[in-house]
Amino acid sequence: MRKMLLAVLSRVLQSPAAAAAGGKTASRVMVASRNYADFANEATFEIKKCDLHRLEEGPSTTTVMTREEGLQYYKTMQTIRRMELKSDQLYKQKIIRGFCHLYDGQEACCVGLEAAIKPTDHVITAYRAHGFTYTRGVPVREILAELTGRKGGCAKGKGGSMHMYTKNFYGGNGIVGAQVPLGAGVALACKYFGKNEICLTLYGDGAANQGQIFETYNMAALWKLPCIFICENNRYGMGTSVERAAASTEYYRRGDFIPGLRVDGMDVLCVREAGKFAAEYCRSGKGPIVMELQTYRYHGHSMSDPGISYRTREEIQEVRSKSDPITLLKDRMVNNNLASIEELKDIDVAVRKEIEEAAQFATTDPEPPLEELCNHIYFNEPPFEVRGANQWTRYKSAS
Amino acid sequence: MAAATALRQLAPLGARLTRIPPHGRAAGRLLQQQQRRGLRLSAPAAIQVTVRDALNQALDEELERDERVFLLGEEVAQYDGAYKISRGLWKKYGDKRVIDTPISEMGFAGIAVGAAMAGLRPVCEFMTFNFSMQAIDQVINSAAKTCYMSAGLIGVPIVFRGPNGAAAGVAAQHSQCFAAWYGHCPGLKVVSPWSSEDAKGLLKAAIRDDNPVVMLENELLYGVPFELSEQAQSKDFVIPIGKAKIEREGTHITLVSHSRLVGHCLEAASVLAKEGVECEVINMRTIRPMDIEAVEASIVKTNHLITVEGGWPQFGVGAEICARIMEGPAFNYLDAPAVRVTGTDVPMPYAKILEDSSTPQVKDIIFAVKKVLNI
Repeated sequence: MRKMLLAVLSRVLQSPAAAAAGGKTASRVMVASRNYADFANEATFEIKKCDLHRLEEGPSTTTVMTREEGLQYYKTMQTIRRMELKSDQLYKQKIIRGFCHLYDGQEACCVGLEAAIKPTDHVITAYRAHGFTYTRGVPVREILAELTGRKGGCAKGKGGSMHMYTKNFYGGNGIVGAQVPLGAGVALACKYFGKNEICLTLYGDGAANQGQIFETYNMAALWKLPCIFICENNRYGMGTSVERAAASTEYYRRGDFIPGLRVDGMDVLCVREAGKFAAEYCRSGKGPIVMELQTYRYHGHSMSDPGISYRTREEIQEVRSKSDPITLLKDRMVNNNLASIEELKDIDVAVRKEIEEAAQFATTDPEPPLEELCNHIYFNEPPFEVRGANQWTRYKSAS
Repeated sequence: MAAATALRQLAPLGARLTRIPPHGRAAGRLLQQQQRRGLRLSAPAAIQVTVRDALNQALDEELERDERVFLLGEEVAQYDGAYKISRGLWKKYGDKRVIDTPISEMGFAGIAVGAAMAGLRPVCEFMTFNFSMQAIDQVINSAAKTCYMSAGLIGVPIVFRGPNGAAAGVAAQHSQCFAAWYGHCPGLKVVSPWSSEDAKGLLKAAIRDDNPVVMLENELLYGVPFELSEQAQSKDFVIPIGKAKIEREGTHITLVSHSRLVGHCLEAASVLAKEGVECEVINMRTIRPMDIEAVEASIVKTNHLITVEGGWPQFGVGAEICARIMEGPAFNYLDAPAVRVTGTDVPMPYAKILEDSSTPQVKDIIFAVKKVLNI
């Protein structure tokens, strides 16, 4: 039925000139200039209720998503998905080296959170950072070129997978848990400068047992820092399941005196609503809040972990078939008349093309020149000499 | 008033000064008068200032100068500082600029680094650098390396400061010197002041520097008064990081040191001068980047080198100086192997007689000089 309607539409669209020339009625021209006329502009969705800790009320259980928002979330999540799969490919070809921690499965987290905050807000996360690097504004080609260690990478090839940064995005941090105090520090600066900005401070279920996080909870609550502590619980800290690592796996309660909510991290709208709720809480000056996003990673901990020794293939397959964030969004949009399958397929094709081009750039861009080796040791510093492998080898360091 | 009192207590120095300068409103009126007349009637005077007061002045001046500067640490605010370095600052600047932290070194050091990444200029105090070991990951992996890892996108303008090295009778866990530890890492700057002038100038320079600076003070120096020249009293007085100072010129041997032991070297030098040995004493002031050129130039003159430090010998500051001298042009000017005087290679004991043998004494320096010069 829809296909027939589309066929009619395309016939109409094909001959706007004829229509105009033939002096056809204005209404026909109007129809012709409105693409996809049978789609709704927005739809209302029921989302899962969040578990609450020390909160009277939580985020709303219904939310409105516009067609435009839906398409944007879809495209962004699909881009991240394909970018991570491309990274997998490049790693197996040994074009990417060292550590590579992939985010596929968790796309709803970074996309949902970014939709809940402003570009002027701040984000810091750990080493599984490619998704946030993209949503914070770094183009795919610069991310892939950083992974392949080229000069066109966002850190000029000097950081690698775990050390990507951009404005209001502080990485990409390799030491588990260390980013949490850093994020509270960014939040302190937000409060200090008084521009109503907040900081999202992310960590995993493994990191949640780090002592410095509890030190940070204490200070953030004491000083009412505008910090959202977000635990991306993907059920495994490397090869250790949450049951084997934590005496309490209710990560949203671990902030104790800090209110918390537990969120379905596979549903981008759930994440968005919870993010908005938490952001408003922080901006109102009430202090920090904890969010646990229940999510899942399809890949192992890193590229050197097949990811099946501590979990079953069946489990992975079950999540993929029942809870995949991109599929969830796609089904929602199609079932609620916000987009067609073909339209979404077109987006898939466009995304694949973008990723291919980015990968092409990442594999052909030259490596950073040797002169770059010792640059940026210091910030804003006159040039100085750096010792190399022996006393006769000297490099110049510029800032 | 404090300056005048201090001056009166120091007879020989007091005799050198022509006039005790007026203070307060009187000084302001005099200055206005002089400015109107286009001349200064009195020679501006040097004053005696303890290292503690010099640090306090530096903090006060920098807090006033730049709104982004703030101080955090244990007991820095309402207690006036565990060693009273931040006395009066909380009262003057309030909760926003001077922050008491809980006993959470790793946490508050990380918070300070994050604040620096986001545009503030924190001064993070460790009650002693022994406790910085709890937070050393934040100092090295978060502060020191971030500018490099981000290819210059994110700077970390932070100062970590506090007492370092041996105090008196505080035993093993509270007496370690971290100069070699922090001096090891690219991305950090490490300074180690001796005099009040060093303390004030280096702290101001450190706060104004856009890079992470570790400032290793010494608790035993806090109460020691030094002369602060008129130039050093200025609100814009900074000492360049990375430049050593020749505290005493000499011709027979070079003594290179940092922090408290510079004083020991000067004492040894005055004892040796009576025997006709003239020591050149260099105060390193900065551990990283090290001013090895100053040491080289001195060796060209004296042909003999002794490094003096409070820290342990293995992989210490002295070891680095000797290695660099060997690798450089000054090696050819050495008439004897370079020698290190260091702390004893043992955890610091408590009993005084043992403690005295665990850290270099003046007699140890004199002994080494005589060995090197074969006298």
